[in-house]
Amino acid sequence: MSKIVVENHEIVIPGDLIAEGEYRYGEGVVKRGKEYYSTLVGLFQDKGDFIQVKALKGKYIPRPGDLVIGKIIEVGLTSWIVNIGAPYSAILIANNATEKRFDPVKDDTRRIFDVGDIILTKIASFDRTRDPSILTNERGLGKLRGGRLIEIEAAHIPRVIGKKGTMINMVKRLTRTQIITGQNGRIWVQGKKVEDELKAIEVIRKIELEAHTQGLTDRIRDMLSNSQ
Amino acid sequence: MAGDGIVQLIDEKGKRLDGRSVDELRPIEIKIGVIENADGSAEIRMGKNIIIAAVYGPRELHPKHRALPNEALIQCFYRMSTFSVNDRKSPAPSRREKEISMVISSALTSVVLTEKFPRTTIDVYLQVLQADGGTRCASLTAASVALADAGVPMRGLISSVATGLVNDKVILDLYDIEDQKGSGDVPIGYSPILDEVSLIQLDGVFTVDQFVEALNLGVKGANEIYEIQKKALKQKYTSIRAEVAVEPKVEPKEEPKIEPKVESKVEPKEEPKEEPPKKEQSE
Repeated sequence: MSKIVVENHEIVIPGDLIAEGEYRYGEGVVKRGKEYYSTLVGLFQDKGDFIQVKALKGKYIPRPGDLVIGKIIEVGLTSWIVNIGAPYSAILIANNATEKRFDPVKDDTRRIFDVGDIILTKIASFDRTRDPSILTNERGLGKLRGGRLIEIEAAHIPRVIGKKGTMINMVKRLTRTQIITGQNGRIWVQGKKVEDELKAIEVIRKIELEAHTQGLTDRIRDMLSNSQ
Repeated sequence: MAGDGIVQLIDEKGKRLDGRSVDELRPIEIKIGVIENADGSAEIRMGKNIIIAAVYGPRELHPKHRALPNEALIQCFYRMSTFSVNDRKSPAPSRREKEISMVISSALTSVVLTEKFPRTTIDVYLQVLQADGGTRCASLTAASVALADAGVPMRGLISSVATGLVNDKVILDLYDIEDQKGSGDVPIGYSPILDEVSLIQLDGVFTVDQFVEALNLGVKGANEIYEIQKKALKQKYTSIRAEVAVEPKVEPKEEPKIEPKVESKVEPKEEPKEEPPKKEQSE
């Protein structure tokens, strides 16, 4: 006998019974006997035979392939240590930083990235035993110049992006800004005018606050077009 | 504990000095997200107790050699403010504070899925602003809510309350005078969902029957506290939902077409000459 006890999109807390029987389950769920319990404060999602709880808050945990925005905190002879907003600092090896091969005798790491630089980077690898390793030698990655950087809950980044980027593209278009979203919750905004940047940031903050509600894209569109 | 029986803490009608019956909790209020810069936080008011719990992490642990290779370390820092009790409390960490920090962190470790964050620490700061007995239990209750608020995965919440022995009667949720003049107390941390006891201490002399009664009474109190914790955690999000639902639906307007999109590629800074008139139009 399989049944789901809570409604789809309901807010659950750690220890809440969410289902009984046979299901495939994802993050935020533990199975004890034949029962499934939530381990997070989050939104319950029922996708047929697959159940999970999407967190509403929580630290960013690196996953290989994620695009993140990092800050250089230490420069070594052949590597950098980068804060990526996770419980672990990331390591950027010089050979992963530039397309050219790095020669420690001729090249200077400080010339490429210095302490305090903001970089757009990708998680190359991460496992439980070692700190994440990142790279910037792919197209579009590297130092971010100018603009503004804000930090939101990493869990709400998918909501800021929207389905196939609908939300973020709308915000970019209506506020005339360029926006880069990092999976770690950091968002870089650059516009020609300060007001545009501030408007975009205000909108993103609103999305973060109301991430767990329905019909958000429409409300944001109204908010932006009313203020034109 | 000589001369305990002399102080009359329960009257003939079975009422206590503050008017509660023997199995009644003090009024409890829990607020979530009281500290903006913490990853998770909670404030609990249990009778006259006021305690703030703040959770930071999981984050890197320093010094690194203390990190556990396979799981997260939970560090608790229980502190009483100097002004929280009648006689000024010395700000130096006392033996009692260290003990309480240790028992709370062990209790929390039993419910948090620490294996998800190897080599990190989860720091829980518990600041007692006003103390009126039973602060270790109130702190544990608040700490587990703050952890959940921080998005730390847990098997369940811990609800905690003390029971004690006063005038040979077992009572629930002791406050300061009952704690001092009574003949024993049993702080209990209990997870209603898991049916697990995560903290139990005992001070004083109990018969076996009295102890069993105290334990059962504590479990009953914990169940009541659990409902309050649950409500506090959900309320934060359901209130935003309700707010949004009430807002009058604005008719979706035609999307204004924005031309300057093409220009954005050309030059990012040399534009202010053209922009001001446009702004006036739109207003």
